[in-house]
Amino acid sequence: MVTLAAGLDWSIFLKPAFDGSGTYVRFLLVGFEWTLLLSVLAWILAFVVGSIIGVLRTFPGKFLPTLGAVYVEIFRNVPLLVQLFLWYFVFPEIIPGLGTWFKQGLSPLLQQLITGVLCLGLFTAARVAEQVRSGINALGSGQRAAGLALGLNLLQVYRLILLPVAYRIIVPTLTSEFLNTIKNSAVASTIGLAELSHQSQQLGEFTAHWYEAFIAVTLLYGIINLTVMIASRFLERATRLPGYAGGNVENRSSGIA
Amino acid sequence: MLFARQSPVRESILCPDMRNALALKNYFLVVVGFCLFAGNSWSADDLTGTLKKIRDAGTISVGHRESSIPFSYYDDQNAVVGYSQDLVMLVVDAVKKKLNLPNLQVKLIPVTSQNRIPLIQNGTIDIESGSTTNNLERQQQVAFSDSMFIVGTRLLVRKDSGIQDFPDLKGKNVVVTAGTTSERLIRELNEKQGMKMNIISAKDHGESFLTLQSGRAVAFMLDDALLAGERAKARKPADWVIVGTPQSKEAYGMMLTKGDAQFKTLVDETIAKAETSGDAGKLYQKWFQSPIPPKGLNLELPFSDEMKALFKSPNDKAFQ
Repeated sequence: MVTLAAGLDWSIFLKPAFDGSGTYVRFLLVGFEWTLLLSVLAWILAFVVGSIIGVLRTFPGKFLPTLGAVYVEIFRNVPLLVQLFLWYFVFPEIIPGLGTWFKQGLSPLLQQLITGVLCLGLFTAARVAEQVRSGINALGSGQRAAGLALGLNLLQVYRLILLPVAYRIIVPTLTSEFLNTIKNSAVASTIGLAELSHQSQQLGEFTAHWYEAFIAVTLLYGIINLTVMIASRFLERATRLPGYAGGNVENRSSGIA
Repeated sequence: MLFARQSPVRESILCPDMRNALALKNYFLVVVGFCLFAGNSWSADDLTGTLKKIRDAGTISVGHRESSIPFSYYDDQNAVVGYSQDLVMLVVDAVKKKLNLPNLQVKLIPVTSQNRIPLIQNGTIDIESGSTTNNLERQQQVAFSDSMFIVGTRLLVRKDSGIQDFPDLKGKNVVVTAGTTSERLIRELNEKQGMKMNIISAKDHGESFLTLQSGRAVAFMLDDALLAGERAKARKPADWVIVGTPQSKEAYGMMLTKGDAQFKTLVDETIAKAETSGDAGKLYQKWFQSPIPPKGLNLELPFSDEMKALFKSPNDKAFQ
C-alpha cells in the first residue's frame, strides 16, 4: 500500500484531456454533471410512474392490481444491464419507423440520454411502486372506508387521505432509492453516455493511471451520495409523522403498528 | 532439520496415503535442493523479479483477452487461442527452459482493457499478451516487450455505403471503442477539420460493431487487424469492408512489470528469435491468412511493409 501510494501521480488531473475539452478535472466534472442530470430525470420518471403503479396495486378489483403486479415483476426481475441493452439495441429494431428515426434522426448523445433515463426510470419505478404500495397498505383499511363513507370518490380518497400520509411514511425508503438511482446510473456508461464512471474509465485508458482514476471516481460518487444523504436526513425529520415509523411516539395515544 | 525431526511423530498418526504423500514431499524437496545447488547456471541468487517469483511459485500467470480476434480469444471449445497467445506460449516455453522447470504451471487469466495495467502492476499476472498498444503514457506504468504486431487505424463500413475515406465522414455518425487511440484521433480530426461528425464511444469492440450494424453509425474506426476480426463475427462478413488511409500506426507488445530487465530480456529474445527465424511469419499466415476459429473465416490481411520491417529488425519502439 505504501509503494502504491508513493507511485500515484495526482498531477495527471491537471493535464489536458484527450478530447481537447480542458483538463481532466473538467473532464471528470462533465461526467459528474451527466450523472446528476441522468439520475434526477430518471428519478422524476420513477417517482411518477412508480406512484401510479403503486396506487394501481392497491385498487379494488382484480384487473388493475394485476396489471401493476405484472409491471413490477417484469421490471424488478430483469437485470438493469439487460434492460438497458434491450432499450438501446433491441427496441429500435422491432419498431421499424420510430426505431430508425430514433437511431438516425437524433444525435447520439440524445439517444443515450433518453435511453438511460427511460431504462433507469422505469426500472426504479418498479421499486418505488412497491414502496408506495406498502405505504398505502400500512394505513389500514379504515381510512379508505371512512373516506368513501364521507362521499369521496376513490381518486379523492387517494389524493386527499391515503397518499399524503403514505408518502410521508415512505420518505426514508424513497430517499435511499434515490441514492440507488445515482449509483445505478453508472450502467449508462455501457451505452457510451459520458457520465462519471464512463469518464473515469476514459481517464484510465488515456493516462494509464488507473488507480488515480478509480480513487477520484469513488470520491466523487461519495460526495454526491453524502450530500443526498444529509439532505434526506433533513427531509425525513421534517416529514415524519408522530405514531409512524421514525416519528415521535411520545404523544401517541393509541397503538398504531 | 525441523522437518526431519517432526516426521516420525507425524507418521505414527497418519494413514498410509498421507505417509506416501509425505515421502513424496521429501523427495520433491531433495530434487528441488539438487536443482538449486548442483543444477545449472541459474542458481537462486541470480534470479530476480518476475523470474524469481515464477520459480518460487512454480506458476506463471498469463493475462489474455476474451474476444480480441485473432490475437487472443476463446474458440468454440473455450480454449484461449490467437496470434498473441501462440507467441506468449513460446515465451512460456523459454521460461520453462531457463528455469529448468518443464512442469511449470501456466495460469491463464482473462483481462479487460480496464484492468490489464493494474493487474500487471499488482503482480496478479506476470505477462499480458493480447492486443495492447505500446505507447508513452503506458510506458510510465508498465514495460513493453519487443513489438509483435503493427496495425494501422482505419474504418469498417458497409460495402454499399459509398464511404471510401475519412473526408467522406463529414456530418456523419462514427463509432469508436471507448479509450482507444482511434477515439483520440477521430476527435482530433473532428476539431481540426471541423467535420461535424457525431462520435459515439461504445463500451467494447463488439458493441461498436453492433452500433455500426444497427445503422446508428456509418463507420467504425479501429486498428485494421481488429476490424478484420470483428468483421469475421458478422452474420455476412462479405457485407463489410475496411477502407481509409491509416491515420496512425500502433505497435502491439506484451506487457510486463516495469523495471525487470532480466525478464524483459528473456521475453524480447524469444519474440525477436521468432520474428527473425520465420516462426512468427508462420503464425501470421496461420492467424491472418488462413481460416480461423470459430467460424473458419479467413481474415485475408496482407503482410504490410511495417510488419516486414519489424520482423527484419525486432524492436520495442512505440509509435506515439
